[in-house]
Formats: sequence, structure tokens, C-alpha cells
Amino acid sequence: MNLTTTYLGMELTSPVVASPSPLTGRLDSLLRLQEAGAGAVVLPSLFEEEVESEALQLFDRMEAASGIGAEAAGYFPDVDLDHLGLERHLALVEQASDLLDIPVIASLNGRTPGGWVRYAGELQEAGARAIELNTYEVVVDPDLTAADVEERYLRLVDDVRREVDIPVSVKLSPYFTSMAHMARRIVEHGADGLVLFNRFYQPDLDLETLDVTPHLELSTESELRLPLRWTAILRPVLPDTSIGLTSGVHTGRGAAKALLAGADVVMVASELLREGPRRLGEILDELTRWMNEHEYTSVRQLQGSVAGHTAADPSAFERAQYQRVLKSWVS
Amino acid sequence: MGAIRCVDGNEAVAMVAHRLSDVCSIYPITPASPMGEYADAWSAAGHENLWGGVPAVVEMQSEAGAAGAFHGALQKGVLATTFTASQGLLLMVPNMFKIAGELTPAVMHVAARAVATHALSIFGDHSDVMSVRSTGWAMLSASSVQEAHDLAAVAHAAALRTRLPFLHFFDGFRTSHEVARIETLSDDDLRALVRERDVEAHRARGLNPEHPVLRGTAQNPDVFFQAREAANPFYDEAPAQVQEVMDELAERTGRRYQLMDYHGAVDADRVIVIMGSAAGAVREAVDSLNLRGERVGMVTVHLYRPFPSQALVNLLPDTVRHVAVLDRTKEPGAPGEPLHLDVLVALASQRADVEVVGGRYGLGSKEFRPSHAAAAFAALRGACPPRTFTLGIDDDVTHLSLDPVEIEFAGARPRTALFFGLGSDGTVGANKQSIKIIGENTDLWAQGYFEYDSKKSGSVTVSHLRFGTDPIRSTYLIDEADFVACHQFGLMERMPVLERAAPGATVLLNAPYSGEKLWGHLTREAQQAILDRNLTVWTIDAARIAREVGLGNRINTVMQPCFFALSGVLPSEEAVSLIKESITHAYGRRGRAVVERNHAAVDAALAAMQEVVVPSVVSATRSRRAPVGPGAPAWVQDVTAVMIAGQGDRLPVSALPVDGTFPVGTARWEKRDLAQEIPIWDPDLCIDCGKCAIACPHAAIRMKAYPESSLVSAPEGFPSKSYSGKELGAGTRLTVQVAPDDCTGCGICVNVCPARSKEEARHKAIDLLPVSEHRERERVNVDFFLSLPEVDRAAVRADTVKGSQLLQPLFEFSGACSGCGETPYVKLLSQQFGDRMIVANATGCSSIYGGNLPTTPWTVDSQGRGPAWNNSLFEDNAEFGLGMRVAADVQRSDARRLLAALASELDADLVLGLMDDEPGPEDEAGMVRQRMRVSALRERLASIDDPRARSLESLADALIPISVWIVGGDGWAYDIGFGGLDHVLSSGRNVNILVLDTEVYSNTGGQASKSTPRAATAKFASDGKATRKKDLGLLAEAYGDVYVAQIALGANETQTIRAMREAAAYEGPSLVIAYSTCIAHGIDMSTSMAHQKAAVMSGYWPLYRYHPSPRLDTHPFSLDSKPPSLPLADFLREETRFAVLERTDPARAEHLQALAQADVDERWHYYEQLVDIERSIPVDEHNVQEPAQEAT
Repeated sequence: MNLTTTYLGMELTSPVVASPSPLTGRLDSLLRLQEAGAGAVVLPSLFEEEVESEALQLFDRMEAASGIGAEAAGYFPDVDLDHLGLERHLALVEQASDLLDIPVIASLNGRTPGGWVRYAGELQEAGARAIELNTYEVVVDPDLTAADVEERYLRLVDDVRREVDIPVSVKLSPYFTSMAHMARRIVEHGADGLVLFNRFYQPDLDLETLDVTPHLELSTESELRLPLRWTAILRPVLPDTSIGLTSGVHTGRGAAKALLAGADVVMVASELLREGPRRLGEILDELTRWMNEHEYTSVRQLQGSVAGHTAADPSAFERAQYQRVLKSWVS
Repeated sequence: MGAIRCVDGNEAVAMVAHRLSDVCSIYPITPASPMGEYADAWSAAGHENLWGGVPAVVEMQSEAGAAGAFHGALQKGVLATTFTASQGLLLMVPNMFKIAGELTPAVMHVAARAVATHALSIFGDHSDVMSVRSTGWAMLSASSVQEAHDLAAVAHAAALRTRLPFLHFFDGFRTSHEVARIETLSDDDLRALVRERDVEAHRARGLNPEHPVLRGTAQNPDVFFQAREAANPFYDEAPAQVQEVMDELAERTGRRYQLMDYHGAVDADRVIVIMGSAAGAVREAVDSLNLRGERVGMVTVHLYRPFPSQALVNLLPDTVRHVAVLDRTKEPGAPGEPLHLDVLVALASQRADVEVVGGRYGLGSKEFRPSHAAAAFAALRGACPPRTFTLGIDDDVTHLSLDPVEIEFAGARPRTALFFGLGSDGTVGANKQSIKIIGENTDLWAQGYFEYDSKKSGSVTVSHLRFGTDPIRSTYLIDEADFVACHQFGLMERMPVLERAAPGATVLLNAPYSGEKLWGHLTREAQQAILDRNLTVWTIDAARIAREVGLGNRINTVMQPCFFALSGVLPSEEAVSLIKESITHAYGRRGRAVVERNHAAVDAALAAMQEVVVPSVVSATRSRRAPVGPGAPAWVQDVTAVMIAGQGDRLPVSALPVDGTFPVGTARWEKRDLAQEIPIWDPDLCIDCGKCAIACPHAAIRMKAYPESSLVSAPEGFPSKSYSGKELGAGTRLTVQVAPDDCTGCGICVNVCPARSKEEARHKAIDLLPVSEHRERERVNVDFFLSLPEVDRAAVRADTVKGSQLLQPLFEFSGACSGCGETPYVKLLSQQFGDRMIVANATGCSSIYGGNLPTTPWTVDSQGRGPAWNNSLFEDNAEFGLGMRVAADVQRSDARRLLAALASELDADLVLGLMDDEPGPEDEAGMVRQRMRVSALRERLASIDDPRARSLESLADALIPISVWIVGGDGWAYDIGFGGLDHVLSSGRNVNILVLDTEVYSNTGGQASKSTPRAATAKFASDGKATRKKDLGLLAEAYGDVYVAQIALGANETQTIRAMREAAAYEGPSLVIAYSTCIAHGIDMSTSMAHQKAAVMSGYWPLYRYHPSPRLDTHPFSLDSKPPSLPLADFLREETRFAVLERTDPARAEHLQALAQADVDERWHYYEQLVDIERSIPVDEHNVQEPAQEAT
């Protein structure tokens, strides 16, 4: 069985890609994902806001009492913080790229236009083979129109495209009024691929304290239908654009559906968090089995051969909690 | 020429010591701690000594321990160094005699500091070093940062050459903390001074089984004396050898030192002999007076021991007739101070023509200025110079003091700048950077000195900066400056700021007002000063800029470029570029975002400055706030208020107590008005839980329950609600009230408040609201609140959270850090037992916020009763408290004996009640009964004509039980005081020990103790503490008859109260270990209680009580917290002390955190097994503490 596929111009040995999760944030589990047959890995997002607030908060806490009295010139030793979030992240990109044979894709979530561009350049410099722009954002400003938001995304793609030479994909939210139009414009502005879709993590309420609490809900198989539908719709509209389908792929059969709908790769995280990196190999086995049963000989043969329609109804979420949710997940 | 650096004295010394040591044994003590911290940090970073090794830095449990380890290392033949001061030096004395007696080359660097006497002083004088002058150590004194750097090297080299141990000292704070431009010694310079053959000879004398020797014999009367004299030649030769090293230093560097240096007129008739930093001020006086035509000179002593008498004789001009020797120490009862006597003896035989007098100056960092030196010179010129005198104070009791004589500065006066700021706003840090920028990048000399007040919350800092074309020798504060900046506009309301500006000076104010509007916001005094002094005033809204660029309240980076622009020290563009470079250098390893935000602040600063429009007349009607209100008692008005106003230097000797005894309850008069937001109560939502009050570190939010009738005279709108408890009767009202001027705005109360509005969840029963909108009303309310009657203590359930918070706190408004985790425990103790409590307080944070002038928080109730408090030392606190207990027991026994003897003349029921119905300290009704009985006893005794009745009258209070509380931090309990603590625990005596466990030495700046947990980063554990925390509670439990509890208020208030009450009631030793959040943890202090909760939930801090019982088959150990339900990593992640290691060494962090989790799991498993342990403590029926007579 020929499982090879092409994604963002890169030849991959399999169509199952490990999408960002704590598993792609450690070298040991990255190796295990590669051993299980991942075609590529997408590292956890570098959050501009997070790396900056980490540095500022530590600075604040370490310096807060530095002039408090004659007896204590400060409360922490004068140490070099050489491994702040940014440095740790770039080191991970570099080490993962050196260690793995499969492509390492970096993911980026910026806060400012300058931040997107600068960090994209640094991720490329660190050795990423491609960059996935994670446009996760909760737009709450009532003065901001849909057109403003769309325009901002397009400028972002322009800017990053100008900065880096490696392929760039955009991970989109499913909430554009005219999804197909937006997808096409993003591609026109230079994106090499689209990742469908970003999952929005919804906060919860603690009924005892009445506090809003971050909450991580792993995906379910039913969530596959939304990206499946849009993959199927966009595939003919954007024939030369890479499409990665993410959300709800838990089995080889799910992967088969995604590929049939036209995805170049399927991205998996929740299932791997539940079952461990080895599950990726099982998904590949299931896919292969299904292909054998249905007399397909290669993934390329399968890709885009069917179109379909699905539906779902998610809602919005604040970005800071999204980050905390990701961090607090313990596999 | 060596590299130019701007460093403080401690760093200048450590730079030398670390390169010339194999072993540094250290222990933190102000003001010497930074030397050990530098050594530890440099070794952790792999910095090598001169021989390519990384010095081993070992932190010990006390200075006594450091001296022991130091002695041991020396005996093995390595180069060993230690750093200390004051009490620490005293703890080293026994080893110092040994080290010298064994002719061991060793070096100790001392930031000389006052020894505690009538009071503790962290500040500089020579009482510590003078206390060890008999140990046989050579003593070398440095007068400036440059000298401290150079003489540190001389000490190390001379020790090896002479075989004598060298104590190198320099003045605490004035030199140890002064930042100055110095020329540094290179490795080659040091190599040239420290001869390899001396090192090898020292090594060869080290203990070695390959060719063993024996040292440390015990000697009999036949030979001890002779052996003691055998070392004489080494002392005789030492001065010449020291001079030899000094000469070699001069050859390499051009900086020439003599054993004693002479400066002044070659034909001087009067000379001052001095040692230490005051030499700078004396030199300025000498130059000024000689310029005026007088003939004066000065001798600066460098080598104090062995005292080079001949050198003194040689350098004193023949023309000298009068010498004043100035000592920075006091030896009460002595015929003269030490240096004075030394000089007298030295000159006695060879200069009979010289009259020598002695003066005392500078105790506890008292200012010493050229005007004081001039006063001494003037006195010497008189017909009959005083034999002994003091300088710098007004002694209206023994009339020893000389009035200062103002003189002109000779030569090019340096430019001066004063900066008023807060400890938390970065002002001091920025000024240190400014000095480096100027001193290291221009030809100008630069000096910085920093004053702090003694509060830990809202502490005011004043930075004194000098810049000049000539070396700066002004070792005293700046009176009036050419440039004055006030980094916190609010300070102008509290203290004279603009009065410190010299005529024509430039002033920069950080204020939220434009150049046109600012004038209207100034006080009358400020406006007057601007006009009188013709000041040019600029304003900038630095707080807004700092906020906008994301730097929070750290306004320093905004203010710094403005200083450069206005002061003209450097061209503006060059300054901006240098500031940015220094930011990159200082903060580069703290993350790019930090550097960029600071750079943005610099860029935004200059454009935002505005010159203030100054009208020609004063228009303000408002005055600066009085330091205390008009209702304060006379003592507070006359003395405390003067200190609060920063004018304490003006208080004469007669104003102060003769024995260090002070009135209590003074903190309430110092209205500090620190909070921007204060908690405002909504009675409609409140559920009377008391959580806000119990968690408040400053007793600034309180609860009172009172009869409704008390509200008759309430101010309009005074909030109250119906009290939900039944115990106080129907119609009882409750009010939760903030003291708006005492609250620090830490927000803990709001954070713990569980009562939310049903309509709007973010609105709680208390909300933090802007003080500007609520201050006036709450001032009126709190006055009325305080006038409401206190609750009947016997009527409330003091063992509940709510009940305990209805009791009056007798510890209030301390200067502890905003959000302090220790003070809620101390306050709670005072609520439970305050009127029957004696406190022995170990030195540390709790002795500083508990006893540092100007105001102190321990107070009294309406009956005038309250905690009686004393701080002895750091190391002896358990023993100190035990002594109090023993004394109380003795007094009680005496009283009971007298009572028994007089029984026939007294009412039988009264005697029976007094003898047999003694209450425990937690029995409120019993305490009332016993006090009434004592009162009745006194009445009866008055009419009995018998000397025993008089005696019993003076002892009658001893019949009222007291609760002895021994309070201190983990540095004391786990480390320096552990030996004594252990002994006291074994004593069986009824004492209660409260350990405020912050897991570091908080007061001296966060050094690791044995309480510091694994994986935490702390000073002296820069690379993360590798070993697990000592389990103090478990050690105490091993005795079996010690009550032990581990508590955390934020996790379980009820258990905390229960443990305190059980400890107090237990008639043996009790140990209560309290988890205390601290700024040294690097947390948001408003969430302090949530951190405590997480500590318990993760199993990091299990709650338990071990309650010994004589009954058989009891299970004394109760585990009061639930099994760990939170991964330890979740707790660690939220605290900077753990988070730092993840950013400095992620692999080590992961390793140590995994071990820390294993510690938690293992300990929990162990404690679970303890729950099932059966243990009973046999009671010794014969061990009766009552005297035998009592039985009759």
C-alpha cells in the first residue's frame, strides 16, 4: 500500500500528521509519533502573548521587592533566564528538526503584526520545514466588522509570506460568513495550505465559586463532519492548495473519509492524547485495512474522490483560556 | 590600569575574595549577606578562582557553624574565606581564637555593624570588630569602596605571608552598600601579591594522614603560657610584611597605602586619628580648614592589629600638639574607647608633648559629616579640650556632644542628585544603573548611596547620587541637591522633598498632571520651596507611560532618561543610547520582551516631560500632612512623630529611654495611606464568616458585634447588619470595617471573600474600590467603629473563625509587606491570647515588623492589657522564651507559697479559688474569675501589715496564667536556633513555639534555609535546592511529649485556630509550624491564601496535629488535610521560586521536581501510617514543678 502524500510541497510517508498537543512538545513523544508512522508533526503553537507575558511576569515577580529595604536588595539570586518560553520553543523546533526524519511544522499564534512576522522568521531560522499560522482569536470588539477581521488575516498572510521562504499554511476558524471566498483569498495572498479547522475551547463555570474556569474537551468523532464538509467543498475550488483536515479524526475510517473528501493530510491530537502515540500507527493500520478491503492501492488514488456534507454548531472562546487549557492538559 | 567598574563595597570585596578562595563558608547577615550571595552565584555559574578551581561555597546553619567549617577547611590546608558582621562575628569568636592560636592564614571580610544592645541596629559602626580585637587576628580597615577592594587583596596576601588570620573590615552600609567607581584588580595583580610559595607552605601545614601531626592539644599550667608567647615573632613581623604587600600593590596599580596614612598640613598642630569611611568626611574638613589657613591633619588607620605604634609615631608631624582619636564604638565604663587607648599607649613614651583626647561618633550609621570633624578640630584648639566627647548627636543629659561647625567645601564640588521613590518602583535599581552608565562610560567619578525606611510595605527610598571630575570622598548624605526627583507624587504630602533642593536646582516630579495644572496640586510648603529656592520644575506622567508600555508600576525606566536630560550630566542622545545599552545588559537575560518594553519606556519618556508653569505667589491653602493626628499621646507627639517625619536625628539624648523600653501601640498613630484601592463592605451580601478579617495581614479590616443600642450615635450611613450568631443575644449588630489609612490594599480579603451577589457575580461582600472615592467616609466610619464596645470575650466562640474575628487584635498595622503571610498568624495569636501573652521573638522579619521604630504594632486592649514582647537575638530565641517560662513558674510558685503562708489572714474561698481554680490560657471565663480574685487579693493585702503581704502584692499577677509564645521564622527554627529549640522541646516546660515558615531567610533577602524545599531557587541555592526540606515537625514528634501542629491558614482556618488553642492549653512544649506565603516566593500576594490552599491540596504542606496524651491506646497523630488531589507541578508552576529553575536549567528542574513529587508521595504515605500509631506518654508523678513548701 502506498501511503505517501504531498502536503505543503513536502513528500510525506503517510497522510496522518500529529497536530499540536503536549505530545508534540516533547522530544521523546515526537520520536514515538515518528516511530508510529506520522507523516509529519506540528509542534505546539508559539503564542506571542504567552512568551511575552511569561518574561514580563517573571521580571515583575523577581524585581517586585528588589528595593524593599536596607536588608534585602532583592529576593532572588541574579540568574540568567536562558530558557524562557521563547528560547525553549525555538530550541524544541531546532532539536526536533535535527532529531526527526519526518518534517517538523511549527505553529504560531501572534498578537501583533510585528510579532507574527518576527516569530515566523525565527521559527524558520530554527529549522521548521513549514509554518502553520494558528489564527485563533476571539473577536469581541463590537466596532470591528467582519471585513476588518478578514482584512487583518490577509495582511497577516502577506506579511509572513514576505518574511519566510518555507511553506505557510493557515489554520482557520469555521466561522467565516463566506468560508469559500475567505479560503480562496487567503490562498491568493500566498498561503500554501489551509488547515480546517481550529477547535475553540469553551470556558466553563464553577458552580461553587462562580468563577469562569478553563476547560479542555477532547474532540469526538462527530466533530469530523464540519471539516469534512468544507474539505469537500473547497477541494475543487482550490485544486492546487494543500488541505489538512483536523478535528474528529479518531480512527482509520475517519481518516479515510477525510482523504476521500479531499484532504492531503489528516491531523490527529485528541485520540493520541487519550490513547498514546502508538494509536497513530493503529489508525494507519485501520486506514490501510479499509483501503485494502476497498481495493485502493494508494492514498493519492483515494484523495478527493468523494464529496460530502456535514454540520456542527460550536461557539466562541477567549484566547487566554485557550492557552491555559492546552497547558493544563496532562496526558 | 585595571578595568573601571561601578560596584558597591560588598561586590568589590567579593570580586577579590572569590578569586582567592578554595572554600567559602557562609551565612546570611545584614549588611554582609551580598558578599556570600555573590560568591554563591559566581560558583554556581562556574567562575574560577586564581588557580582554575571553582570555589566550594557552603552555607552553614549559623555563623558559629560557618566558623567551624571555615576552621576545618583551613586545617586541611585550603584557602578559606568567610563574610559576616555584627552578631555573626560574635558567634565566630571561639573559632577565631583557635584559628589565630594555630597561626592559620585565613581571611574574613566584615561589613562592620553595630552589635545589638538596648536595641538591634542593622547599621554600621565598629562595635562588632572591636569586640574581637583580642582574638589574635590581624585587622585591616578600609575607608572606601576602592580601599575595600584593594585591602581585601592585601588581607589575603598578607595572611599567607604572615601566617596570621586577617579580619578585613569596612563600614556596613556606608561602604558595603555605597556604589562607587573603582579601578579593579586583575588576576595578574592578584597573582603578583599572593605568592605561590606561601600557598604551598599553608597547604603543607594542612592535616594529612601521609605525614600526620596533632593540633588542638590540651595544655597544663606548666607550658600553656610559654606556648602562647611562642607566636610573638609572627605578630612583631606582621606590620612590615603587610607594608611590603601594600608596596607591591602600589607598584602594580599606583594606589599607595601605608599601615596608617597621613593627610594634611606638614606642620599641623592638631590631628584627628580615624578608621573607616568617616575618613572621607574628615579629609574634606582637613582640606577646607587648611585652605582657610588652619594647620590640621589626619591619620587614617588601615592596620589596626597588630597595632603599628611606631608607624603612628613616625608619621605624626613634630608640630602636632593635640590629637583627637575618633572611635565608632562604645565601651561603657571604659576609660576610653579602644582606638583612643591604643593611640594613647603608642604615643605615651615617644610623644609626651601630644595631648590625646577621644571622641565617639557614628554609632548605628549616625551621620558623620565634615562639620563634625571641624567641631573636633575646633575643640582641640580650645584652652581645655574635652577629654572625651561625642559627635553627631545632641547630648543634653551628660553634655558630651560637640555642636557641628559648618565649613565650606574645598575644591570642585561634585554635582548632586536626590531621588525619592518607593522600594517597589525600581528607583534604586535605576539609580544604580545611572551610576554605572556615568562611572563606566565617562571620565566622571560617581557615587551612589541609598536610604530605606524600615517598613516593608510602601517603604520609601532616598537615593543620593554624586558625580564629579575629582574622586568623591563625601561619605555622608546629601543635604541639598542640584537635582531632585520625586518618583511618587504622594510622598510630597508626607515628607519634605523640595526643601532638599539647593537654590536654583532642577526638580522632576512624576505626577498625573500637566505642566500647567501641576502647581495647583502642590502643598503650601512645596510651592513656597519652589519660589524661595527659585527651582525649575518639570513634570512627567511616568505611571501612565509605564502602564502603556506594559511595565506596570515600574516607573524607573521612564524617569531615568528624564534625569539625564534635565541634569545635563551627559548629552541627551548619548544618555539615551547608554541607558538602552544598560537595559539590554541588565535585562537581556530576563527575556526580550522585558528589554523591549523598557526600551519603549525610554523612547516615550523625553517627549512626555513638561516644564511646570510656576506663578509668582503661593496659592495653595493645603499643608503637608502631620506625621500623626492630634489625638496621639504626648510620647507619640514628642518622639514618635519626629521619627516618622524623618527628623529623628534631631531628637536629643533625653528624649529616648535609657534602657530600650518603649510604649506599645504606636503603629495606630502612623497613618500611612498606602492603598490605591481599599475593601468596601456590602452588609447585604455578608455572611459573617470572618474570612476577610482572619486573612488580613495588617488588622486593617475588622469585625465587631455589638448591641443595636450602640448605633444611636453612629454617623449617617454607617453600615451594619444583623449578627447571625445566637450567642450574643437578639438585636446584636455586626459591622465589617476597613481602616482606610492603614490598609495596604493587598486585596487578600477580597480574594478570600466567599459571598457573591446573586445578580452580579463579580460583586462580593467586600470589593476593592478606589480609595479616593471612599477615604473620607471610611475615616469617619472607622473612628466610630473603634469607639464601639468590644465583645465580651467569654461570650463568643473563640475557637471558630467567626468568633475569633470578633476578638480585638492586639497586633495591628505593622509595616510588614503588603499581603504578608506571617502576620495573620501573629495577629490571630494576639486575638486569642493577647491579654495574657509574653512573646519571645527571634530576630528576623517578625522582629522587624514587630519592633522596628518608629512605630510598633503590638498594642493593648481597653483594660491596658496586651502582649509583652522582647527580641533577644536570632540564635537564642527558644532559650530566651524558656527563661521567661521558668521565671513565670518561679514567680507563680513564690506567689503561691506566700499565699499559703498568709492564708489564715485571707478569705478561705479566695485562697482556694486562686490556688485550685487556675484557668488555662484559653479559658476566658476562668481568666476573668482569676483576675477578679487577684484584684480582691490585692485589696485585702493592703490592710495586712506583714512584709510577706508586700511581697505578695508585687507577685500577685503571677497567679494569673500567662501564655509564653516563642515566635520566629524558619531560619531561626530550622537552622541557627535549632539546637536551642531542640533543647527547649525536650524540657517538658509549658512553652508554645510558633514557626512562621516562609521556607527562606526572608528578612535578609531570601537565602535558602533547611526549610527551603527541593527544586526551589533561592539565594545560596542559585541552581535550585537539591535536598529535601527538613521535617521539623517530625523531629519534634519523636520526643513523644511535644504537641506539634502544622497549619496553613489559607487552607483551613479552623484547624489553625484549633492548633493554636490546643498548643496553648497543652501543659508542655508545643510547636506550631505555620505555612507563610512570602514575597520571596514570587507570587501575586493578593492570592496568598489560594497558594496556601494549593500547597495543602497538592500534599506539599500536609496539615496535622500531634497531641500527646498520657492515656493508653491513643492515636496522637491526626492528619487534618485530605490526600493530595492536585499534582505538585500545578502548585510549583504558579510560584516564581520554582518557575525560575525551569528557565535557568530545565533539565535540572524536571529532575528536581520529579524528586519533589516523590518527596510529597513518600511523606504522605509515611504520615498516613502515623495516623494509626498508638502512643502514650508516661507521666512522672514525682516530677513536680511546685516547690515542696507549697504542699504544706
